[in-house]
Amino acid sequence: MSYHANEKGYYGEFGGAFIPEMLYPNTEELRQNYLRIMQDPSFKKEFDQLLKDYVGRPTPLYFAERLSNKYKTKIYLKREDLCHTGAHKVNNTIGQILMAKKLGKNRIIAETGAGQHGVATATVCALMGIECVVYMGEIDIARQAPNVARMKMLGAEVRPALSGSRTLKDATNEAIRDWINNPVNTHYIIGSVVGPHPYPDMVARFQSVISEEVKWQLKEKEGREQPDYVVACVGGGSNAAGIYYQYLDTPEVGIIAVEAAGKGIDTGESAATSALGKVGIIHGSKTLLMQTQDGQITEPYSISAGLDYPGVGPMHAHLFKSGRGEFISITDDEAMTAGLEVSQLEGIIPAIETSHAFAIFDHKQFKEDDVVVINLSGRGDKDLNTYIDYFKL
Amino acid sequence: MNRINQKLQENKKLLSIYFTAGYPALNDTVRIIQDLEKHGVDMIEIGLPFSDPLADGPTIQESSTAALQNGMHTELLFEQLKDIRKTVSIPLIVMGYFNPMLQYGVEAFCKKCHDIGIDGIIMPDLPLDVYQEEYEDIFKKNGLINVFLITPQTSKERIRQIDAASEGFIYMVSSASVTGSQSGFGNTQTDYFERIAAMQLKNQQIVGFGISNSETFEAATKTAKGAIIGSAFIKHLTKQGVDGIADFVQSIR
Ligand SMILES: Cc1ncc(COP(=O)(O)O)c(C=O)c1O
Repeated sequence: MSYHANEKGYYGEFGGAFIPEMLYPNTEELRQNYLRIMQDPSFKKEFDQLLKDYVGRPTPLYFAERLSNKYKTKIYLKREDLCHTGAHKVNNTIGQILMAKKLGKNRIIAETGAGQHGVATATVCALMGIECVVYMGEIDIARQAPNVARMKMLGAEVRPALSGSRTLKDATNEAIRDWINNPVNTHYIIGSVVGPHPYPDMVARFQSVISEEVKWQLKEKEGREQPDYVVACVGGGSNAAGIYYQYLDTPEVGIIAVEAAGKGIDTGESAATSALGKVGIIHGSKTLLMQTQDGQITEPYSISAGLDYPGVGPMHAHLFKSGRGEFISITDDEAMTAGLEVSQLEGIIPAIETSHAFAIFDHKQFKEDDVVVINLSGRGDKDLNTYIDYFKL
Repeated sequence: MNRINQKLQENKKLLSIYFTAGYPALNDTVRIIQDLEKHGVDMIEIGLPFSDPLADGPTIQESSTAALQNGMHTELLFEQLKDIRKTVSIPLIVMGYFNPMLQYGVEAFCKKCHDIGIDGIIMPDLPLDVYQEEYEDIFKKNGLINVFLITPQTSKERIRQIDAASEGFIYMVSSASVTGSQSGFGNTQTDYFERIAAMQLKNQQIVGFGISNSETFEAATKTAKGAIIGSAFIKHLTKQGVDGIADFVQSIR
């Protein structure tokens, strides 16, 4: 069995393209061209060059000694927090802006929740001199003011999503509506491994550079390409897809996915899709999502805006359903405590999304000689206010 | 013969109206359907509200949110409609998004529609290939016509494919736009309408999206068999309430 997408964009029973006909030409153009473009040597060269000179890749694979001593196992951190703009998101936006250029598009739209993907999109649009519109829920605009300012400074227009619950899910709806209204000149840079085929596969491929680097970096440090576990937090699942990618079909490498339990799985304020979701359709993809019995999509909750999504990418739905991935959910409190601990043991303040991944050690026992690679998906600068409020700093 | 096919044989331009079930008030559904028929509407699309209507503009988004807040849900809609065929004889189509149908169970959903006397289904986000591979038999067994959409960007080949798969009419989306745009019809639309007419499709076309008054209705039905009004009718309901249905229909033709 393969855990990659098939040619129709299915991961097992999940994925596909459940889109209104209005979007068919847009996604079809992308579907017919994305693999060809990505395999084109001139595209590859430009992508690799920008990742190196602009993003700052390869990002280090760092042996976290004090954390390892504390949890009695060998913990490595993949330092995506050191990417330009502060998170893995930019790997995808660099890839997609080059894709948009190859497709002859002159206008970019994106959705954002916390603003990380919005900033990464605004950044590459500034780099390429392309018009950029970012949809963001009205509520998120209010609670993520610094990222809104960053996007504006980068020349992007931030449009409030005023519909529904006015958060990430609704920003995504608005971006999709914009794409329906502008089918010819516009490319939609989706921010995670979600949405209709070919997005989940395309975004996963752009993020796969993460595990590509881990392979040779680990070989240098441990004499082997394969860790015993790869660990990542999952909102939509793009940083996770990136660190799992090269190991998906290598069963000796354990896959651990960390979801946000919010205030607790049974509290009604949670974003743990694998625990609370059922199979359904969200944003054009068949996947696990949180919904009412009647099929209305419900509003998730997490202290971290980046994990606050009611669905999960189809790759992850399949990893969960098939048992290939081990899913652990972490509450707000556990994540915040873990974030503080990593800050003080390693001198690295992680994004709150990533802090969830650091909280697994109370849930899962590793062996002393296990090599555990955690994807440090982003830095905590954007979250300082939340940390300050939480710890009364 | 299915009521939709019968209606399509009538020698006139068809006026079809979309409304969101459960709006303005939860129990307006039957009354709205009866009044629309009484005042000469030819066909009705009953909107099953969804939390995330991707293809809809603000008017239908808001009516959907309000309907859900009023308490509308799939089973309740079926319950409200259970005796509808005692009083209403024009074609009735259920229009919605695929997730609520999937959660209800596609087979159970279709069977319920059949028992009620629903004639067709429009699920914009149920793609043609998935329909054909997984659900066509179920729809057909229950006598339901599945209506597909085309847009100005739909390629000729795909239009042919959709025409071959269709058994009632083709829902011709007037412009590259979500529902409720008010920009009126210009040369682009006229060219598009004529281009499609020239294709001599086996199925007749009914135009939807952006039809809001008698001018746009007339422009759309110059070549097409009929036109569907959604957002403009919902706006009218919001302002005038269910008592204003006669006025609205008369303002169109
Ligand atoms: C640092 C960081 N990690 C993780 C995520 C979650 O997204 P994904 O699951 O696609 O990696 C985000 C999203 O904003 C993020 O900013």
